[in-house]
Amino acid sequence: MPKPRTLTVRVEALARVEGEGALHVRVRNGQVHELRLEIYEPPRFFEAFLRGRRFEEAPDITARICGICPVAYQMSACNAIESLFGLSVKGPLRDLRLLLYYGEWIESHALHVFLLHLPDFLGYESALYMARDHPEWVQKGLQIKKAGNDLMARIGGREIHPINVRVGGFYAVPSRRVLLEHREGLARARDFMIEALRWMAGLEFPDFEEDYEFVALYHPEEYAILEGWIRSSKGIFIPVSSFEEAFEELQVPYSNALHSIVRGRGSYMVGPLARFNLNFHQLSPLAREVAASIGLVPPVRNPFRSLLVRGVEVIHACEEALHLIDRYEPPDHPVEPFEVRAGVGFGASEAPRGILYHRYRINAEGRIEEAKIVPPTAQNQRRIEDDLRKLVPRLLSLPKEQLTWRCEQAVRNYDPCISCATHFLRLEIEKE
Amino acid sequence: MARRRKPKLAVWKFASCDGCQLTLLDCEEELLTLAGEVEIAYFLEASRAVVRGPYDLSLVEGSISTPEQVDQIREIRRQSRFLVAIGACATAGGIQALRNFADVRGFLELVYARPEYIKTLEKSLPASAYVPVDFELRGCPIGKGPLLELISAFLNGRRPNIPNHSVCIECKRRGTVCVMVAQGIPCLGPVTQAGCGALCPAYRRGCYGCFGPMETPNPASLGDWLLARGMSSPDLVRLFRTFNAYAPAFREAGERYAEAANPDRSS
Repeated sequence: MPKPRTLTVRVEALARVEGEGALHVRVRNGQVHELRLEIYEPPRFFEAFLRGRRFEEAPDITARICGICPVAYQMSACNAIESLFGLSVKGPLRDLRLLLYYGEWIESHALHVFLLHLPDFLGYESALYMARDHPEWVQKGLQIKKAGNDLMARIGGREIHPINVRVGGFYAVPSRRVLLEHREGLARARDFMIEALRWMAGLEFPDFEEDYEFVALYHPEEYAILEGWIRSSKGIFIPVSSFEEAFEELQVPYSNALHSIVRGRGSYMVGPLARFNLNFHQLSPLAREVAASIGLVPPVRNPFRSLLVRGVEVIHACEEALHLIDRYEPPDHPVEPFEVRAGVGFGASEAPRGILYHRYRINAEGRIEEAKIVPPTAQNQRRIEDDLRKLVPRLLSLPKEQLTWRCEQAVRNYDPCISCATHFLRLEIEKE
Repeated sequence: MARRRKPKLAVWKFASCDGCQLTLLDCEEELLTLAGEVEIAYFLEASRAVVRGPYDLSLVEGSISTPEQVDQIREIRRQSRFLVAIGACATAGGIQALRNFADVRGFLELVYARPEYIKTLEKSLPASAYVPVDFELRGCPIGKGPLLELISAFLNGRRPNIPNHSVCIECKRRGTVCVMVAQGIPCLGPVTQAGCGALCPAYRRGCYGCFGPMETPNPASLGDWLLARGMSSPDLVRLFRTFNAYAPAFREAGERYAEAANPDRSS
């Protein structure tokens, strides 16, 4: 009998992801015996110290969960609280929120596509090494990123942890003139992205497909980003207030982040691929056209091709932002009036990495009594492990260094934001 | 002529949101130039390539909140010629330092569904609580300009030119009308270190202190003034206890109004 062949792949600190995680894979006789995406980023207890804070503070405090997608936190927090107060932000104020959020999508996607993910496809350790041979693509990627950041800074005050978002709207709104200054940068970003996509479509994508359950928000009038119902490719279609009935979170011993599953079913995927597959018909005409021209039509089941889908979403975001800027007329008031109501508010929005869910229980004085936040990376965590469990056995002929790198790349397909994912350990504080 | 060895830059992460190290990648215009001037030797958010220490300049993001992190920050200090703490987490313990005010006796058993899986320290503290720090760059998040100034100063062997006056000076320079005087909006500007460009007042909201206390501030004077104008003690506690809650001057102010809010609990 041949001796069992054991192989252990261990990545102590995953690079080019946001936050701290490790990967542990143990293979025996061609079978994966152990596989753990270990998230050792320390918990920061946001849900605990939100208790007792005022509802007005939720957007600023929860933004600090993630420096890469602070607007997503601000929007989901506002959504949840505004839904409780029976407040609906419409017209130019809603347009400004969309613009701010598109800015974040452009910034975050360009960061991931050009600086974090693309180097894997070309065999570079980082975009800085890649820039020695491909300076034009790194430069163009940075220009796209900058167009998103500039828009965020204009509306939000700054790119990271914007200061201008509040429940009901904003503190101050921009003039039409200053928004028009962003047209040129956004149009250039869109054109660079189209050019880059045509080039990236020719890269080699590992042959890997899975039968995912895709989950994304759905909005009848737009490619959902700010709000919507929760829809899945396997039949879920529910309001955000039913999120916790459809999905559950599990704690595992090796990770500081909770795993989410569809109750009674298993892992699922949120993020660009899910949105693209479920809401393709709502992308801007140009985004759809470019996608089709590079052979990208739903359903896309190869997670490595999320590189391209992010690019398509950048084109959509640039186009929508241009459209919103063109129709913008400043609102009369920066904030909608509202009254505090006691109760439970639910909110979700589409962070660049997928659905970000918030729930708050607020009392009549406006204090938060309980908060729950489910970030996209916690939802994808189980799915990432499932991908690796399928992928690793096919890669065993590769030298260990290449196998390890390919596993890292498969993790990066999800643009995991580990800083987000870890801050959500369930906290049960017993009250006497 | 032999080219001088490029200085080695390392970027480290502790408990944080990643926003301060992202600030480096947000320098879209300067990033590739910077990469030409320094060797980016350790920066996991951007590169899987790791160059061994020692490092000439270590930028440290995040607060120290687990036993492993205490060992790690000490090791980084040993490996670094200059160690600079960046952001509110690394300079004051960050928003997660709010746990420092909680009653921690028996806390761990109560807090987790499965507490045995988690290792954490009772307090979230700045790097300076464990090792000597050569410079502290403030902000939640830090700004691009100050970060580039810091790296540039380091490359040229001079002290960084970072202001330590209050946000008020920035409002005056910018020509922003005082939100507190003109509109009665509570503002931490008088006690908060400059660096953001007085962003919040320019958007007609009060400063919430994300750059932490200025040099020799007088938060009790500001707090009592707000108290006299109708702000409650619990609201004052919240005002001082956000992203720099454990920075000494804000911590003292928070305690002052916490005692005022709960006189029987003070001991």
